[in-house]
Amino acid sequence: MTDTIPTTTTPVEAAPRRPIRWSMIALWLAVIAILAVLAWGLLNATAGRPEVGQAAPDFTVEFFNGYEWDARPVADLSDMRGRPVVLNFWASWCVECRYETDVLEQTWLKYRDDGVVFLGVAYADVEPNSIAYMKEFGVTFPHAPDLGTDISQDYEITGVPETFFIDKDGVIRHVQIGAVDEQLLDTIIPQMLAE
Amino acid sequence: MIADIGYLTLLTAFFCAVYAVVAAAYGARSGDDRWVRSARNALIATFPLLLLAAGLVITALLTGDFSIAYVSQVSSRGMPTYLKVTALWGGQAGSLLFWNVLLSAFTAAAMLSKWRQQKELMPYVIIVSGMTQVFFLLVSTFLEDPFTRNLVIPADGNGLNPLLRHPGMIIHPPMLYLGFVGFTIPFSFAMAALMSNQMSDNWIHTTRRWTLVAWLFLGLGLILGGRWAYDVLGWGGYWGWDPVENASFMPWLAGTAFLHSVMIQEKMRMFKMWNMFLVVLTYCLVILGTFVVRSGVISSVHAFAQSAIGPFFFGFIVIMFTFSAYWITKRRDSLRSENALASYLSREAAFLYNNFLIIAILGVVFLFTYYPILSELFTGEKGFVGPPVYERALAPLFAALVLLMGVAPLTMWYRTSIQRLGRAVLWPAVGSTAFVVVLFILGVRLWPALLGFWLVSFSAVLTILEFTKGTRARMRKGESPWTAFTTLMARNRRRYGGYWIHMGVLIMAFGIVADGIYQSETQIRLQAGESITLGDFEMRFNSVSRFPGADDLLITKADVDLFKNGKLVRTLTPQIELYQRTGQPMTIPSARSTITEDFYVILVNWEPTTADAATFRIFLNPLINWIWTGGLVFVMGTLIAAWPEREKVPVRARRPAAAVAGD
Amino acid sequence: MTKLRKKSHFRWLFLALLLALLPAAVYAQAEPITDDEVNEVAQDVYCPVCESTPLDVCPTAACADWRELIRTKLSEGQSRDEILEYFARQYGDGVLANPPRRGASLVILWILPLLLVLVGLLLFSRLLRGLRRPTAAAPPPRPKSTTGDPALDDYISRVEKEVDE
Repeated sequence: MTDTIPTTTTPVEAAPRRPIRWSMIALWLAVIAILAVLAWGLLNATAGRPEVGQAAPDFTVEFFNGYEWDARPVADLSDMRGRPVVLNFWASWCVECRYETDVLEQTWLKYRDDGVVFLGVAYADVEPNSIAYMKEFGVTFPHAPDLGTDISQDYEITGVPETFFIDKDGVIRHVQIGAVDEQLLDTIIPQMLAE
Repeated sequence: MIADIGYLTLLTAFFCAVYAVVAAAYGARSGDDRWVRSARNALIATFPLLLLAAGLVITALLTGDFSIAYVSQVSSRGMPTYLKVTALWGGQAGSLLFWNVLLSAFTAAAMLSKWRQQKELMPYVIIVSGMTQVFFLLVSTFLEDPFTRNLVIPADGNGLNPLLRHPGMIIHPPMLYLGFVGFTIPFSFAMAALMSNQMSDNWIHTTRRWTLVAWLFLGLGLILGGRWAYDVLGWGGYWGWDPVENASFMPWLAGTAFLHSVMIQEKMRMFKMWNMFLVVLTYCLVILGTFVVRSGVISSVHAFAQSAIGPFFFGFIVIMFTFSAYWITKRRDSLRSENALASYLSREAAFLYNNFLIIAILGVVFLFTYYPILSELFTGEKGFVGPPVYERALAPLFAALVLLMGVAPLTMWYRTSIQRLGRAVLWPAVGSTAFVVVLFILGVRLWPALLGFWLVSFSAVLTILEFTKGTRARMRKGESPWTAFTTLMARNRRRYGGYWIHMGVLIMAFGIVADGIYQSETQIRLQAGESITLGDFEMRFNSVSRFPGADDLLITKADVDLFKNGKLVRTLTPQIELYQRTGQPMTIPSARSTITEDFYVILVNWEPTTADAATFRIFLNPLINWIWTGGLVFVMGTLIAAWPEREKVPVRARRPAAAVAGD
Repeated sequence: MTKLRKKSHFRWLFLALLLALLPAAVYAQAEPITDDEVNEVAQDVYCPVCESTPLDVCPTAACADWRELIRTKLSEGQSRDEILEYFARQYGDGVLANPPRRGASLVILWILPLLLVLVGLLLFSRLLRGLRRPTAAAPPPRPKSTTGDPALDDYISRVEKEVDE
């Protein structure tokens, strides 16, 4: 079955096992390296989402004009340590967000004096449209744009609206995917305040 | 009921495959043929079982059994019957089952047809094919079970993704899968050759047709995908360097390198280890490609984790790669090249250059495709690479490949004299230069276009000359031109099939260069009755109609008249199809096609389309139909190359022996 | 007397010219930005929220907002590069179809491929040289020439072999 060419088989069997050619080693290593980097990249991309019970990733925001927190134009999440934070991701082009804006504003007014911080982050939005949206609903709680979509990437949001409830120690207590309602807010916020 | 039987069928098939691997391993080790036969039967048995499972899914789809989760995901009451059948590959679970059916069919066919010829290899073929089958059945049975039931039975299903409801799109996944699955057979035989230490090149000869056919299907799938993107997706182009497109393109590239490089091994007994590596690479890219295409992992990395199959696919690739590397290393002595490279101008060298270029292209596409994952790893920000970057990086590589395509057939095995080569290319080069000068006079001024046309025409002339030279040689034996031509091809299917493939690619290249550089577009809002003039063309917007279509479709259709040089040529009807349940609109283009160009119109929704006004986007695509024509020639060439001849014993030994005898 | 007249003629003429040009200047400001101009910028931006969809073909409401943003910025006189820079700052470098030449993208998309190609060429040439052992195998003897043309000879010899097979 096997056709043979006279020159090959016998000499090879007699000769000692030759070392592996360096170019083949390099090739295999290259592929292994590629697979390794890919695997690392895929794991890294999926491991990042902050879950309930984990520390909320810190970030810096530049507030919209007129929507500052504590009268400062720039602030970090870590500056708000010691207070419960309601971190709400939204956008002016998001239809579902319209269901929760009034609820958020009213709850903010209710708990504002207790020291709760409501922070609205506009995700992938156009500034004039964001401002117009906020004026339309007459919101007053602090708002900032998510510049470079860095914050939404850190929190790995799956869409808007999405709200993260962070307690006084900076730990995530609840993640709400979709619009929030009054009942949810009235349950979680007093809980976080009481601790 | 259906779900229960279906799941049982899958489970049985899974255990059959596991048994096949174990039994074949034991049979190979002990040398007991009965175990090997038993393993073979078990593996073949997976085919009717999986066919039954697929049949049950189709039955569930046709009867609208929404208790099964998969059916409610991809089907709906209002869908036409033929779509309910094709919904089998409309979602992840179903398409993985389909993959399994194809794999078991191909494996069974390969084993049955080659059983007697390749007795020594068979136990190992069963082991390796079985391993692939075990993995995919593992995924289908335990992770993505198409027979999972719904907790709450919905009244109606979601319906098939609107993108998949068009005739062109229906055939595209099966074609790709045939290509993907087809490539697993050469891999199994290659590994079997290593494991059984049967290091003759029989495995290449045996699987040559499989490789060619798999390559054809994959290529056809890619061309159909491009055609579908052009005809249905309606963004004016046919290839977007999208991660999903690239994931199917990469195994094709590796397969092309393999098909060429294998010829060196057959003629010169060189590069055996490199060919082994290429087979393994193609296989791994197939698995990777299947995974990327189905999971959308690159554009949405969340999908990777959310569907649990991601890590499994990756793990399987690592396992098979390690397995292959082990066996290749173990048999490295048998994989020594038996000859040396005599000249940089030899045909072997030409094939090497071909491989280098293709691997370079593959590397670039791979790097750019997976760039989002890399950038997120190193910067935390997910970047993306668009078509301009691909085109800029790949153009010189493709240009070099086109040049090589024309020149390589002129080279001889062992060595070519440079004078001989120079003489052969002189007049074609002059001809191409004259052609390009004519184009320049006619108005083609951009240097990339001129260079591209020069290269493509040069290689095309050289390839045509191959046909004429061969025909003339035969005519000297007294045959008539037509007989000489057809007999030439009939007797040398591989070579001339290959030249036809090259011609097809060159025709496509012509269209690609023309359309890529000279495509023009414009977007404009027209009032009813208003016209726009573009060169010789005038397009007048007549009216808009809105009406419901099949299922929950709402169609908005615009009626426009196309005039050329004042004369009415066609009435075009671009439309927007809206599936109201999902809210997904599709812009369906309308085009007037000639050999020189396409006048291509789509309705655009920037501002709403009303009875009085509509926004149109018009593309003028020069020479775009050369791409589809070239594709047909490509397919024809592959059929010629793959057409079975009367099965003969490999005669490769004769040539060197005759040469020795002739001394 | 005549001199003065000429001067005043000239002044009036100048004023008339100015007035004639004014509407043109105003008109240029008010000329709307065409869809084509928007598309030219939009096709190099990816939708920040959709998957791998360029902005000019993306059908969602958010994308419509962004296209309007491009239109507004164009009418304000901003250049293409300025608008792309704005999008990169607002939504991250990832939205540009042509990743900017800085940071990681510089390394991964420019340096790395060039390096790989160079290293590849180096390895490849070394491989070729290593494979080239001139006296390793004797090439098969050339068949006797029957016609004067070596190229045709080759074909004839191949053709003859096919007929024999």
